[in-house]
Amino acid sequence: MNFWWALPRSVQIAFLAIGVLLSIASVTSIWLAHAKPGRDYLELRLRVKTWWLIVAVFVAAVLFNRTVSVTILGFISFLAFKEYLSLIPTRRADHRVLFWAYLSIPMQFYWVWIGWYGLFIIFIPVYMFLLLPMRMILIGETQGFLHAIGTLQWGLMITVFSLSHMAFMLVLPPEINPAGGSMGLLIYLVFLTEINDVAQYIWGKSLGKRKIVPKVSPNKTVAGFLGGVATTTLLAVVLAPWLTPLSQYEALAAGILIGLAGFVGDVTISALKRDLGVKDSGAILPGHGGILDRLDSLTYTAPLFFHYVFFLHY
Amino acid sequence: MLRILFYALIVKPLVLVMLGLNARGRHYLPASGPAVIVANHNSHLDALALMSLFSNRVIANVHPVAAADYFLRNRFLKWFALNVVGIIPIDREPTEKSGDLLAPLIDALDRGSILILFPEGTRGEPENMGKLKNGIGHLISERPNVPVIPIFFYGLGKCLPKGEFIVVPFFVDAYIGEPLHWAGSRQAFMNTLMNKMHALQDRAAINK
Repeated sequence: MNFWWALPRSVQIAFLAIGVLLSIASVTSIWLAHAKPGRDYLELRLRVKTWWLIVAVFVAAVLFNRTVSVTILGFISFLAFKEYLSLIPTRRADHRVLFWAYLSIPMQFYWVWIGWYGLFIIFIPVYMFLLLPMRMILIGETQGFLHAIGTLQWGLMITVFSLSHMAFMLVLPPEINPAGGSMGLLIYLVFLTEINDVAQYIWGKSLGKRKIVPKVSPNKTVAGFLGGVATTTLLAVVLAPWLTPLSQYEALAAGILIGLAGFVGDVTISALKRDLGVKDSGAILPGHGGILDRLDSLTYTAPLFFHYVFFLHY
Repeated sequence: MLRILFYALIVKPLVLVMLGLNARGRHYLPASGPAVIVANHNSHLDALALMSLFSNRVIANVHPVAAADYFLRNRFLKWFALNVVGIIPIDREPTEKSGDLLAPLIDALDRGSILILFPEGTRGEPENMGKLKNGIGHLISERPNVPVIPIFFYGLGKCLPKGEFIVVPFFVDAYIGEPLHWAGSRQAFMNTLMNKMHALQDRAAINK
């Protein structure tokens, strides 16, 4: 229990609040199943149960120390990248190329671990971007080359480069963020991103009519989107003094940024799934689908929010 | 003991972390023998992934049937294949009459083992089914009460295709079908099995 008491007060409150929220969700889902026995709430129950698991992993990822955090977040990137590669068509000839692409994951998270910002930020967009096509050319299969390298690099950017920004938030100097300590920013980002998803869903269900991107995601509505962004922005302003170094106006913009980016991330992964003709990206998270189904919004919010805060305060 | 440790401490964690098996129809897996598992063969990982579907209690009783000419080709491999992996070796190109060829398998079934058979005979192209060989039909005609459980694997051929030695992680789907039984004649049984395997393959293709 030592590390619990060593945490900043605001972080303790944040975890307790998340626990309370999830408990409410659990109780509600059980109550719904009893109150309306005609309808099937199995999916909802599964979803809430898996939320507990996700939160448990996330708590483990931020609570202990840098090594544990970076390892867990790196493993999550690995799962996401693996899921992506399992979904897309890959060429038999690229077997070894894919191996090198996988190797970039421990390397990228090692740069995070040692806090080498310069390499962290260019490793995948520059070095892997140049290395992987070269490795393909050594094999020599030109049929489908552009498609293969394009899909591979996009996957690395989304699942490894983007998501590794979550880990880098944990290694930023904590003295700049006295309220939230080293993990405040990440908790703020992940909490707001997930709340944004939930809020967009609830607003859309309760008063959404006009579809916002009917071709990609027919269930998304303008009202859901606006309601979600508003909710997220409100929470962003309320929570900022507890978890971040952001001023009130900066937090307002951060909330809008997370709301917008979360939406774009969500529909981007939707477009990917629609293109590939699958409903879920995988089956690793019961009630949610695959890991990309859950991380979709974060693939956009993590790098954008990171660079926003980094530019303003670090 | 060595086998159980090998599967519990090495194979299962590796399959879980490196691959991640998504098995549908797990309840069709037999809890005890005798039984025969039939699967498509795309990779050396097939047998290990199949084994990892079973609980540690059952695993000691599960044996992949594998080519003697390949797995017994040197002393270390022979020891490893027989004692750690737990294969039952058979001749792919029998010189004597076929009764002797199947004898070790029939013995194993009579002892209550669960056998894993790859009726394609060799590792084919990824996620494709080759022609099924008749051995399974002969075996079941000898022991018609033994249930046959068809499994189609999707993804293993991508993780470690024939001729490669570097494993690349992919999620793997296993489609487990309901148990089949002896259908009166070898031809009828082979047809049922072939249809069932293709049906599982179609399910895999739809979900992809």
